[in-house]
Amino acid sequence: MRNLLIFINRYSAFLLFLLFESIALSILVINNTYQRSITISSANELVGDAYYRLNSVEDYLSLKSTNDSLSSENAALRNQLQTSFLNTRLDTHRVYSPINEQRYLYLSAQVINNSIHQKNNYITVNKGFVDGIKKGMGVISPSGVVGIVVNVSPRFSIVQSLLHKDTRISAMIERNKSFGSLIWGDQIDSRKAVLKDIPSHVKIKTGDKIVTSGFSLFPSGIPIGKITRFGVKGGGSFLDIDVFLATNFGTLEYVYIVTDKMKKEQESLESNLKND
Amino acid sequence: MINQTTANILRFVTLIIVQVFLLKNIGYYNLAVPFIYPLFILRLPMRIQQIALYTLCFLMGISIDTFYNTPGLHTTACVSLGLFRIYYLKIGIQQDKFENEPEPGIKTMGAQWFLVYASVLTFAHHFILFFIEIFRLTDIGFVFTRAILSTLFSVTLMSLTELMFWGKKR
Repeated sequence: MRNLLIFINRYSAFLLFLLFESIALSILVINNTYQRSITISSANELVGDAYYRLNSVEDYLSLKSTNDSLSSENAALRNQLQTSFLNTRLDTHRVYSPINEQRYLYLSAQVINNSIHQKNNYITVNKGFVDGIKKGMGVISPSGVVGIVVNVSPRFSIVQSLLHKDTRISAMIERNKSFGSLIWGDQIDSRKAVLKDIPSHVKIKTGDKIVTSGFSLFPSGIPIGKITRFGVKGGGSFLDIDVFLATNFGTLEYVYIVTDKMKKEQESLESNLKND
Repeated sequence: MINQTTANILRFVTLIIVQVFLLKNIGYYNLAVPFIYPLFILRLPMRIQQIALYTLCFLMGISIDTFYNTPGLHTTACVSLGLFRIYYLKIGIQQDKFENEPEPGIKTMGAQWFLVYASVLTFAHHFILFFIEIFRLTDIGFVFTRAILSTLFSVTLMSLTELMFWGKKR
């Protein structure tokens, strides 16, 4: 205590200066919009930089699991190659057909900020409109569906994750092609979602795979999850299906942003219909 | 002669009035802007308590800020001026053996000493003032130029004031 008093006495000039100066600076920053905006923006820059550095360290730590997922994805893609199928077609000349035209393009992006414990979760990825990302594009990961792009800056985009109360994804049961919409039901568990609007006469069983229907944003057949439990709620005509999500949002690192090249064409055709 | 406290109060009020109603409208393309009010802090008594010094600096700054409509800007600069004054006098006085003088002025300490004293401290004050006004490191060159030119302007005005009004006391 005595030492403290001696210390204060010795440096009293400087301590008093610090006291008065901090009062003056806080008055300055609180009351002047210009100085405040600069303070806030440089604080943001600092935080963004810190996130970026932290992320570059985390990348190394999870290099092994990332490699594993990439190599397994490579294998899956190799399975889909033309060369890995036996050619049984008899016709020899090519016919122009929409089947041969590429509809979906995939752009790889890295997750630089992520949340799973909020009521509404968002993911930030390191690709923006410079790279051709637009609002409303779908986002998938190697293991399944992730979400929808909601906000784009030159170099970054914000993805509204599946773990968000407003996210609805058109999904179907792979076995019998009946479709409904997927929402994040309880908004607590990051691995569980709810599939709605499946009529109760449809025969399903636990363990059935849920995939995207291909009606919007995503190509059809992207995995979403597996049925863990189902039942009819209160005599309704629709089933209530609990889904265990294929994507682990907690360890998300690389995602693909899906560009639908024919989205405009489809939308304009469908909007014609509504005008009639 | 009027005593020290009255003289300082009078100086406080006069300098604010001159600064706010006259010098506020004078300037050379925003490059050299005169500030005479630091003279009040420069002329405070030698043996003033540190807490009193800082309080007076704070009061001076906040009064100027009220008229300039820039809350905190001049206050920050004034409080730093207080710190610089304490350290300048601590280092500068012992060698020059002026310890017995009641207050640092042009007549008591001599023209040369006062000019150096005023220039160094005014430059420090102006530099901090303009730096906080710009509030980023990228324009430091502009801040530097502004501070040097304004210091020339301000110190000239301060010396003239010293010679005209408070120079006659002894």
